[in-house]
Amino acid sequence: MNLIVLLKMVPDTVEELNVASDGKSLDSEYLRFKLNDPDEHALEEALLLKERAGGKVTVVALDAPEVDDALFMALAKGADRAVKIPADQASLGTVATARMFATFLASGGGQITPDTLVLPGSQAIDDLEGEVAAYLGEALSLPYVGVVSSVSPVNGKVVVLKEFSGGMRGEFEVTLPAVLGIQSAEKPPRYVPVAKVRAVMKSAKIETADIAPPESAKALAVERMYKPEVAGRAQILEGTPEDIAVRIASLLAERGII
Amino acid sequence: MSTGILVLVEHLKGTMADITFEMLGVGRKVAAAQGGQVHAVLLGKNVAALATRLGAADSVLLADEPSLEQSSAEVIVPLLQQLMAQKQASLVLLGGTNASFGLGVQLSARMKVPFVNFCKGARVEGGSLVLTSQLFSGKILSDVKLADGKGIVSIYPGAFPAEAGRSDKTPPVEKVAVPPGSPKVVFKRYIEPDTSDVDITKQSVLVAVGRGIQNADNISLAEDLAKTLGGAVCASRPVIDQGWLPLSRQVGKSGMSVAPKLYLALGISGAPEHCEGMKGAQLIVAINTDPKAPIFDVAHYGANADCLEIIELLKEAVEKKKTK
Amino acid sequence: MEPIRPILYNIHEHYQWAEYACYALGGLTVLIFAYGVWRHVRQWRLGKPEPVVKAAPERIKACIKFALFQGRLASDRYALLMHLAIFFGMGVLFIGTALATLDQDIGYLLFKWQFLRGNFYLGYKLSLDLLGLALIVGLALAFYRRYVLKPERLKNLLYPTFPLDSFYLLMILFLIAGTGLVVEALRLAASQVPWAHWSPVGNLLAGAFRGMSPEKLKGTHFFFWCLHALLAFAFIALVPCSKAFHLVSSAVSIYLRNLGPVGALPVAEPAGVARINDFTWRQLLQFDACTWCGRCQDQCPAYASGSKLSPKNLVLKLDDQLLKAARVNGNGKPATAEAAAQAATAAPAPVAAPLHDEQVISAAELWACTTCRACEEVCPVFIEQPRAIVDLRRYLVSQGTMNKTVQDALNSLNRYGNSFNKSDRMRAKWAQGLPVKIKDARKEPVDCVWFVGDYASYDPRVLEITQATAKIFQQAGMDFGLLYEGERNSGNDVRRVGEEGLFEVLRGKNLDAFGKVQWKNGRKIIITTDPHSLNTLKNEYQFEGNGVTVQHYTEVLDELLQAGRLPLKKKLTGRATYHDPCYLGRYNGVYEPPRRVLRALGVEVVEMPRTRDRSYCCGAGGGRIWMEDTPDIKERPAENRLKEAASLVDVPTFVVACPKDLAMFRDAVKTTGNEGKIIVKDIAELVAEAVQG
Repeated sequence: MNLIVLLKMVPDTVEELNVASDGKSLDSEYLRFKLNDPDEHALEEALLLKERAGGKVTVVALDAPEVDDALFMALAKGADRAVKIPADQASLGTVATARMFATFLASGGGQITPDTLVLPGSQAIDDLEGEVAAYLGEALSLPYVGVVSSVSPVNGKVVVLKEFSGGMRGEFEVTLPAVLGIQSAEKPPRYVPVAKVRAVMKSAKIETADIAPPESAKALAVERMYKPEVAGRAQILEGTPEDIAVRIASLLAERGII
Repeated sequence: MSTGILVLVEHLKGTMADITFEMLGVGRKVAAAQGGQVHAVLLGKNVAALATRLGAADSVLLADEPSLEQSSAEVIVPLLQQLMAQKQASLVLLGGTNASFGLGVQLSARMKVPFVNFCKGARVEGGSLVLTSQLFSGKILSDVKLADGKGIVSIYPGAFPAEAGRSDKTPPVEKVAVPPGSPKVVFKRYIEPDTSDVDITKQSVLVAVGRGIQNADNISLAEDLAKTLGGAVCASRPVIDQGWLPLSRQVGKSGMSVAPKLYLALGISGAPEHCEGMKGAQLIVAINTDPKAPIFDVAHYGANADCLEIIELLKEAVEKKKTK
Repeated sequence: MEPIRPILYNIHEHYQWAEYACYALGGLTVLIFAYGVWRHVRQWRLGKPEPVVKAAPERIKACIKFALFQGRLASDRYALLMHLAIFFGMGVLFIGTALATLDQDIGYLLFKWQFLRGNFYLGYKLSLDLLGLALIVGLALAFYRRYVLKPERLKNLLYPTFPLDSFYLLMILFLIAGTGLVVEALRLAASQVPWAHWSPVGNLLAGAFRGMSPEKLKGTHFFFWCLHALLAFAFIALVPCSKAFHLVSSAVSIYLRNLGPVGALPVAEPAGVARINDFTWRQLLQFDACTWCGRCQDQCPAYASGSKLSPKNLVLKLDDQLLKAARVNGNGKPATAEAAAQAATAAPAPVAAPLHDEQVISAAELWACTTCRACEEVCPVFIEQPRAIVDLRRYLVSQGTMNKTVQDALNSLNRYGNSFNKSDRMRAKWAQGLPVKIKDARKEPVDCVWFVGDYASYDPRVLEITQATAKIFQQAGMDFGLLYEGERNSGNDVRRVGEEGLFEVLRGKNLDAFGKVQWKNGRKIIITTDPHSLNTLKNEYQFEGNGVTVQHYTEVLDELLQAGRLPLKKKLTGRATYHDPCYLGRYNGVYEPPRRVLRALGVEVVEMPRTRDRSYCCGAGGGRIWMEDTPDIKERPAENRLKEAASLVDVPTFVVACPKDLAMFRDAVKTTGNEGKIIVKDIAELVAEAVQG
C-alpha cells in the first residue's frame, strides 16, 4: 500500500498561550510547536499497516518550527520517505493547509495510486476552519471517513472503525484510494529511542517539494482572540463535618442534581 | 434578511442526542434575531418516529431509508447541498461530534461558504452573526463574524442549553428523496462497547475516591453515596493501583476523561494527571484534609475535612433533601 | 623415636602399582581440571571487551578479605561459620596432601630426607585431623540448612550446571572427608604409632578397628585409600563442571571487581544487550561466578513485593544462557565444518539465543528492578546485577517496548526536560513566591549552584519543602544560584530505565548550563536535592576542569549547622527514625551527615532494623516511579518499609532526605492506615522548624 501520512505542527498547550497585541492572533514569543497528537497516531497506524500488509510510508509536512524533528522522528520510527513543503504553516488556516497538501498529492511528488491511503490526523486543536482530512477528501474527490481508530486491509479495500460517542463504534468498508482521518492508532504510538533518531538525522534526508502558496492564507477572519475567564480556586465551605455535608447537599439540590 | 437555517439532527441507534436540541436552540435564537425558518434535517433508517420530538423546528426534512443507517459524507453532503439550495438556507448547524465529523468542511467547500468549528457561543450583532469558538483545548477563545450570516457551523456539544431546543409542538414533516448511488464508503455494523463494567464516561454524577479513602473496605461507603446520588464511583490512579477498583473506573491521563454534571472528589489530592481527566466536569466539589491540595485549584467548592467523616453525613443530608 | 611421616604407608610397601596409578591419575586429573578451566575462560571470552583498572595490591587485598575470608558472608553467622569450616577444612586438607606429596616426592625420593618429622609433623597431624573434623561439621551444618531449614533463598528455579549439583557437592566433600578419616583411623589401628593421640579424631575412630587382624586392616586400608583417592581426583577433575567452580570463578570475580564508583554505569551501547554475548567478558565471568547463595534475592525489594524478579534467578538464567551458548557454539567457534563454511560465506550466525523471551527473561522482571543496589551490596562475589538489568532494559527501550507510562515520561523528558509534562520555563516557578530572589547562576557569580531536580521543582507535594530549603540556605548566608529553566532532569533514572541516548542529551544540556555558570571560587559546589541527581552528577557527569564538588543538601545542612551558621531558635525534641535513600547511602556512602543534622536539632535518632547499607528501597528508583504497580503485587516496598518504622516504639516521625521518598512514604502512610501514628517529614522541614522558630 501507498501510505501517505500528513503531519501538522500545532501550538503546544503545555506552554502558556497568550494573545498578541493585535488581539487577533497568538503571541509568538512563548509559542512552541509540537506534532498534532492525532497525526502521531496516523503515523503509527500507517506503520502498523506497513508491517501487516507491506507498503511504503511517506510523511509530508509544511514548514513549521520543530517540524524537522517530527519528520526525522517519523523516519526513525520506520517511515520510508519524508517530504517538507517550504510554506509557513503557522500563517495558514486549515483550508489553505489542506489545499497545499492537495496540490502536493495531485502533483508528481505524492501521486495517488489505486492502493493509496492518505492518512491525516482526524483533527487538530487549532482547526477553527475545520479538519484537514475532510477537506482533502473533498478536494481530491476521494472517499473519506473521520475519527477512525482501526484500519484493516481486506480484499483490496479497507475495513475501518469509526468512533461514535459512548464507546460505540461503527464498521465501514472503504474503497481505495481514500482519505482516513485517524483519531487513534490501534496501539499507542511507538517510542523511538533518542539514539536512533540521532542516527537517522545523520543518515537520512528530508526532501523538499515546492508548492505554490494558496491565494488566501485564511478562510476566516478572526475578529478577536481572548482567554476564557478562569474559574479560580474553589470556594471553601467551612464548619463542622455536619455543616459541610448539609451545605453540599443544598448546593446539589440548587443545581438540580438531586 | 430572511434565511433558512438547517439543523442536522443527531441520533444514534434510535436515540436522539442532546446536541440536536442544543442546535435547535441556537437555530431558534438566530431565527428570532434575524428572521427565517429552522429546518431539522432528519436522516437515517427507521427514524421517522423521532420527528415528533423536533417541535422546535419549523419543519422536519425527513429521509428514512435503510441505506441511510450510517451514511458517510459522500451521501450526506450532496443531500445537504441540495437542501440548502432548496430551502435557500444560509446557515447550517451541525453537531461538533464524531457522528457529524467532517460533513461541515466538505459542505462548506462545495457551497463556497465559510465553516466555523468548535462553536461555543453565538450572537447576532447588527445583522451579522458573531460566533465564539474554543481553540487549543479551551485555552483560547476566538470570535469570528459571518457578515452576511452565511456559513456552516459546528456546535460544540454541551455549550448551549438543550432546553431551548425542546418543544411539545408537532412539526410538519417533509419527505426528502435520496438520489441513488454506489457509495465507496459502506456501513457494515455497530460494535457495542464492552459493557462488563459501568461506563464512567456516561455517568452524570461521579463520586471519585483517592488515597484518602484509606482502604478497600471504605470503597463501599463511597458506593452507597454514589447510589444515593444516582451515579457511580470512580477513582484516581493510586486507588486503581491498589486493586480496590477495576481499571475501567480510573479517571485521568492513563484512565478515562469524564465530564459529569457533578464530580465529587473524596480524598483526591489532584495530581495534574488526574485533573486532566476531570476538569471538564460542570460542578466539582472536593473534600481533602490538605488545604493546599491542588484539587482545590480546579474544584468549584471545597472543604478541608476528612472525607471519611463526610461521606455518611453527606449521604444522610442528600437523602433528607430528596424526601423533602 | 622421632615421629616421622610414613612413606605411603601400606601402599608403598604392598601395592606399588597403586602408587604409580595414583601418580598417573593425579596427572590426568590436573589435565582435566585445567581443560575445564580453560573452557570457562573461553566462555567468558564470548563477551565484549571491557578494560580492567590495574590495581594489583588493592585487588589482592580484596581477594584475601572477600575470597579467602569471605568477608561478605559475615551478615549471616551460620552461613559464615559453615562456609569457613568447609572452605578451610578442605583447603587445609588439600595443603596437607600437597605437603605430603612434597615430603615424599621431593624430600624422600630425591634427597632421602623428609621434612614431615618431629614436632612439625605432630602439629601437621593435629591440624589436619581437627580441620577434617571442622569440614565434617561444616558439611553437617550445610546439609541441615539446605535440607531441613530450607531457607527460601537457597531454592533454585533453574540449575545452570545440573539439578543435584548442591547435593553432589556436599556429598562428595563429605565422602572425601569421611574416607580420609577412615584411612587415617585404619592406619593408626594397624601401625599403632606412639604419637597416634596427635590425631585425636582418627585415633578415636581407630578404636573401632582395633579388633581386626593386621592383614584385614591393611586390606581395608587399601580399599579406603583407593576410594579416597578416586573421590578426591574425581572431585578435582569435575570442579569446572559443577558449581564447585566458584572456587575459581569467585576468586577471579572478586579480583576483577569494579573498583570505580558504584554509582557510575560504564559507557555502553545504547542498543543494549539482546544476546548473552552482548555482555562484556567481565559480566559473563560474574554470572559464571554466582554461587547460587541467594543473598541478593533476600535483600531485593522487587522480589519481596511479589514481582517476577529475583536477582539470583536472573543471574542463574544468564549463566544458563552462557553455558548453552558455549555448548551450541563450541565455546565461541563454529561447532561443525558445515557451520564454519556457512559462517565464512554468510553473515555470522548469532552466537546465542535472544534473551528477551518470556521463556528466558521476561520484560516484567526487568522492569521490576528499582536499581536500589541492595543485591550488589551483599553479593559475596561482587556480581553487578543492576548493571546487567540496565543493559537488558536498554534493548527493550531500543525496540520501543516499554510501559506506556514510562514512554510518556520519556517523551516528556525529551521534550520538556522533566517527567511532569510541564513547560521547562516553569521549572523555577516555585522560587517566585520567595521574599528574597535567588540568583540566576548563569548570569551572576555564585559560590554554589543548587540543582533542584524534577520532583522538588514540579511536584506540588514537595514545593513547600523546596521553598523552605531555599530559605534555610538564604538564612545561612549561602551564596548560591539556580540554573532556572536551563536545568534539565539529571538523567539518572532515564539512564537506568535504559534510554542511554536521552541520558546523553540531558547530560549535555545540563553541562551546557553549568558551563555558563560564573563561579566565584575555585571550589565549585553543586548541591542537589534529589539523591538520584546527586549520583549521576557526581559519578556520571564529566565536568570540565577540576574543582567541582557535588553535595547532597543534607551534607550542606550538616556543614552549616556544624559551622554555627544556622543558630537554632528552637531545640526540637522527640524521637525520629531516618530512612537512608538508596542513592545517597548505598550508592554514595552518605550515612552520617543527615543523622548529625537530626541530632544537632535535638532529635533522638532511632534506627530501623534495616538501616544504612541495608536500608530498604522505597520502590521508586530506577524509573519505577514512572511505572504502574502490577495488580498482583503483594506489598509495595514503601509499605513494607513504613510498617518497619511504625513498629518502632514511640517513634512518631519518619525522616526522609529525598523528594521521591517523601511522595512514596506519604502515600504509604495512608495506604497502610498509619495516619495519625507516624508522619513523614523531609529533613529540611525539621531544620526549618528549628532555625526559623
